[in-house]
Amino acid sequence: MEKGFTPVGLRVLVVDDDPTWLKILEKMLKKCSYEVTTCGLAREALRLLRERKDGYDIVISDVNMPDMDGFKLLEHVGLELDLPVIMMSVDGETSRVMKGVQHGACDYLLKPIRMKELKIIWQHVLRKKLQEVKDIEGSCCYEGGADWIIRNDEAHFLGGGEDVSFGKRRKDFDFEKKLLQDESDPSSSKKARVVWSFELHQKFVNAVNQIGCDHKAGPKKILDLMNVPWLTRENVASHLQKYRLYLSRLEKGKELKCYSGGAKNIDSPPKDADLNSGHQSPGKSSYAFSVGSSLLHKATETDPKPLASASVSDPNSDVHMPPKAKKTRIGFDPPLSSTAFDSLLPWNDVPDPLESKPPILYENNFLQPSQSSYVSNSAPSLMEEEMKLSYETPAGGTCVNADEFLKSPTVTLQDLDLSAPSAISCMKLQEFSSNVTNSTESILRSLSWEFPESHHSGSLDTDLDFSWLQGEHFLANTGLQNFQFQDYSSSTSLLSELPPHLWFGNERLPDPDEYSLLVDQGLFIS
Amino acid sequence: MLGLGVDRLQADINRLLTSLFHQGVLDEQFLQLQQLQDDTSPTFVYDVINIYFDESEKLLRNLRLLLMDREFSDYKKIGLHLNQLVGSSSSIGARRVRNVCAAFRSASELNNRPGCLRGLEVVEHEYHYLKNMMHELFQLEQQRLLAAGVRYPV
Repeated sequence: MEKGFTPVGLRVLVVDDDPTWLKILEKMLKKCSYEVTTCGLAREALRLLRERKDGYDIVISDVNMPDMDGFKLLEHVGLELDLPVIMMSVDGETSRVMKGVQHGACDYLLKPIRMKELKIIWQHVLRKKLQEVKDIEGSCCYEGGADWIIRNDEAHFLGGGEDVSFGKRRKDFDFEKKLLQDESDPSSSKKARVVWSFELHQKFVNAVNQIGCDHKAGPKKILDLMNVPWLTRENVASHLQKYRLYLSRLEKGKELKCYSGGAKNIDSPPKDADLNSGHQSPGKSSYAFSVGSSLLHKATETDPKPLASASVSDPNSDVHMPPKAKKTRIGFDPPLSSTAFDSLLPWNDVPDPLESKPPILYENNFLQPSQSSYVSNSAPSLMEEEMKLSYETPAGGTCVNADEFLKSPTVTLQDLDLSAPSAISCMKLQEFSSNVTNSTESILRSLSWEFPESHHSGSLDTDLDFSWLQGEHFLANTGLQNFQFQDYSSSTSLLSELPPHLWFGNERLPDPDEYSLLVDQGLFIS
Repeated sequence: MLGLGVDRLQADINRLLTSLFHQGVLDEQFLQLQQLQDDTSPTFVYDVINIYFDESEKLLRNLRLLLMDREFSDYKKIGLHLNQLVGSSSSIGARRVRNVCAAFRSASELNNRPGCLRGLEVVEHEYHYLKNMMHELFQLEQQRLLAAGVRYPV
């Protein structure tokens, strides 16, 4: 295909409250030979879309709009109409971009928008259509069509080049390709998904700890120790690999040297040296997992300063660390002393405990510029890190499955695509899915989206390739996740097993914006 | 003779634009706008810039009203207006206006009213400078078209 190909007459709906941009985008899209409709209000846009269900192929919307949040519009469009949506903003802050992806945006364009970015929006339409066909036809007869789209997309990416906003998408294509390759692989038959519930994971962790050093812990041994009759060695093997990868990510975050001791460290009183070295720096890497190390700090009762920093940085990490990671740490909590929990407990309600703590703590630890810039940057950078991990290495997949480690298996399908960041979007979706029909609809929708997961429960590679960052899956997942999330929080047995500070933290996880507002309420010295 | 008029005017236009680019008043987005202009929309740049002026003036007026109010406290609203202004300014390549909005925004994030007022003044100043420059540009352009029209009678 020639470079710069655009399908004539692609019907685009542009939504932006800024009339200047509306005019410019209209002109640009017309130059691409698209059929353009412009709209200044989100509600108006929804009306137009609903009126003519098949009237548009793609929606491009600004993020900041007066009458309705762009992300909300995104959700509506994605779930009700299943159209690809591209978000735009002058603000390229990673957290916003992440939010867009979480809410199911196909892409996120930074203003000022270039012609070349608009020229390739048709690819989103095509991909989406392809996926729909995939879902309908099932996984079997797909190679031909998919190959074509992949070949063409690659050509476009390689030819079209510098589309920064497409950086992620390129990777999407990579694993989509892999996915299709695996689908044609006869060995990857549909297997029943094992849902790693909290209890099951706990058994697993106990078994691993019992065996001792991670290296020696083989799936067979673990399986034997776990004593779960229906569990197979393969299940344990894949879970173990994910667990190991999760730990190695934790390691990286904590800047701990010893990998083999990793699992041990988290689960049992640590060596002071390791933790102290890892914990003190307020930098990004230690921060993310400081809860783990801080819990350990408390367990060992080191001197007050690190303790203070631990407790203070906890809120940070609790807030910003994707809940999935937090949830997995739940598995590690039991060995810790109760004092750890007590000191962390006040932090449940985000603003208050921080305020009640002696100010000196804040001055020393909380208010350092590195940490305050943290507030705005940490979540995005964390997620970015995880994003990268998910894309570049199989390790990323661990974070996905950490979620499923601990959720009660009320809905067994498509756990794979669940991810922490979307838990944040879950918070947003709480109100959205209070509308029952919507959540049912979204579940049904997500059912149809579920195309690859069921194949890959056994096969680790492809599991891990299903990064939670796939825009499409995200969209489908949000509704479903919300459902699960609610379930999770309403499951009293599960909650009672969790240390209170953690499940409160989970539920109340404010998104970075919210958090910085909380921070504004006097926690930070400006 | 008339041909020279056109060329001279074109040279003036180019000089003005170059100067604006060098000063950082405009950036490459403005060039993109110019490239979008074609036969189907011969006054595209002019139209877009006028829309920008209308919108910006509304925003600036609102900002001033907000800040002049003695009981003002809604910094979030300031932030929202600023976002809109930054967005609009990015659309036509008004780089300096966009840049000075950043300082204004910092002040608003710190709930610093005097800082906001100062920020607003700077933004207003930059905006008016841009507006004047654009007017001059359009005048030159119009003269050039007239001169060109005379040169090539239909």
